[in-house]
Amino acid sequence: MSNLLDLLVAGLATGAIYALVAVGFTLLWQTSQTINFAQGEFVMLPAFLMLAVMHAGAPFWLAIILGILLSLLLLGLGFKLLLVDPMLRHGVLPLAIATMALAIGIKEAVKQFFSAEASPFPSIVPAGDVSILGRVVSLQSLGVLALAIAVVIGLTMLLNRTSIGHQMQATAQNPTVARIIGVPVERMILLTFLINAFLVALASLLITPIYLAKFSSGEVLGQAAFIAAIVGGFNQVRGAIAGGLLIGVVDNLAAAYVSTQYRAAVPMVLLIVIILFRPQGLLGRPEERTV
Amino acid sequence: MTINGKYWRIALGLAVIAALIIVPMNFNRYGLYILSQWAVMTIAAMGLNLTLGYAGQVSLAQGAFVGIGAYAAAIMTTQGMPLIAALGVAIVLCFAIGWILGYPALRVQHHYLAFVTLAFSTLAFLVFRNEDWLTKGIYGISGIPRPNVLGFATNRPLPFYYFCLGSLAIVSLAMWWLIRSPWGRAFVALRENPVRALSLGIDTRRYTLMAFAIGSALGGVAGALYAPLTQYIDPVPFNLSLSLDLLMMVIVGGSGFFFGPFLGAMIAVLLPEWLRFTQGYYLMLYAIAVMLLLIYSPTGILGILDRYLAERRTKAASALRAVTKSRLETAP
Repeated sequence: MSNLLDLLVAGLATGAIYALVAVGFTLLWQTSQTINFAQGEFVMLPAFLMLAVMHAGAPFWLAIILGILLSLLLLGLGFKLLLVDPMLRHGVLPLAIATMALAIGIKEAVKQFFSAEASPFPSIVPAGDVSILGRVVSLQSLGVLALAIAVVIGLTMLLNRTSIGHQMQATAQNPTVARIIGVPVERMILLTFLINAFLVALASLLITPIYLAKFSSGEVLGQAAFIAAIVGGFNQVRGAIAGGLLIGVVDNLAAAYVSTQYRAAVPMVLLIVIILFRPQGLLGRPEERTV
Repeated sequence: MTINGKYWRIALGLAVIAALIIVPMNFNRYGLYILSQWAVMTIAAMGLNLTLGYAGQVSLAQGAFVGIGAYAAAIMTTQGMPLIAALGVAIVLCFAIGWILGYPALRVQHHYLAFVTLAFSTLAFLVFRNEDWLTKGIYGISGIPRPNVLGFATNRPLPFYYFCLGSLAIVSLAMWWLIRSPWGRAFVALRENPVRALSLGIDTRRYTLMAFAIGSALGGVAGALYAPLTQYIDPVPFNLSLSLDLLMMVIVGGSGFFFGPFLGAMIAVLLPEWLRFTQGYYLMLYAIAVMLLLIYSPTGILGILDRYLAERRTKAASALRAVTKSRLETAP
């Protein structure tokens, strides 16, 4: 019982990062039917971009800003213009396969141009512990959790309270009608790609200090984000958030109470059960099947 | 296709088969290993092509079935049983598991199905890694013997390559027959319009499960050949990326085309080898090549050919129409 609280806090912290990645993933799916199999690599890359800037002698804060800008450019604009736009009209599957190839490409590029070894990455949250109600809790976990929650709240406000958010939702729900009533659909789709790039860059910044920067770390992250998105609901932003938190907690509890060997199996079983009995996800709404 | 075209096709087919038999004769050990691997991966990709290309069910679990087949073969042959028995077990096992895995496909489609099968892949990998008593875990199973086929030992690379090639030929013929049978047509009907297929009296439930089961069984066949090919297996080659690779092979070659898996496996197995002279860059170049190909032709390599032939046919037809029309107009 004593370490349950620690597990919960750590689980919520990783879960909040998964949620950021999963939200970006569902946004891409909603506005442009892109299943991004490279989403995990998208999280891995910004950390290396920041490290590269730091190796050039820049201070950490500058590296963060430049890293995020580069992510927006490469993973947002570049991804959309060079890969998604030419392929979108050919259906979901070829594009999904192309993103798998992109995942290999990013991984290999990092391995080749940077390093095959894991590199340490500075944390933006100071290390140390604080005591809350007599319990010692890692400051890093709390900081990550707080930052991720702030971003998620900000994003939800953007989507639900602002005109741009409403236009984005209209684009996601019905692009044709959205276009008719005057929503600049193309610009909204580009905006979701930029938001996704921002979210993965932020997730990268938060998770890399915990797991080190390594070219192969995207695989685990990408899968966690997929599962979070599906479990929570593929077509709902709040679903992805709930799914991310749930997967983070379940993953941590499974490691402690089930077995470390089959730790990875628990989220998978959860995924299969959810898909079989509630395919729209915990918070999702059913998708009509097209004939 | 005119009679002339048919002869050309048969001649081309024979030439390719002859080349596959004769050219590797003076290949070195590594070259033969790669070619054998191509034959094995083609079989696995063919199975996936049946599930995905013909029946339209996305599966990210084919790599897991290759793993199941490989472990069945490795465990049984190292216990002294013949490979043919292991092959039988691999087929039955994968068929049964594939059938069960097909059940989600009855409820969910497309990306959901992809994720169920993805989860299955990961679970299978965990079982390979963690069940030490059966699979020897991360240490793997070594010393897998190669079989005697019709009295010939296949220990040396060349005979084993012929064994793989022969297996590929048998599987190809069976597949050729299958997709031309009423079953094959039912699979296509399932892909094109499941509701209409149902209304025409096709038992879509049974055919969906069947497409999964047969496709998975072929994955098992490929695995049962993979184990004696490498003679050592551990869980790593059967992780999710093998399933993704196989899916890529099918799409890149041309999903739903009979020869798609052959070309796709060639790209996925041989292209990285050809690019090896670029050293560290070869997988990167491979990834870029795949993306460029898919941007140019989302239906894969055979899609390009198909488009070209269709264009030529349209042109020929419209030329014919123009001629007939002008004749009609000049006629009194």
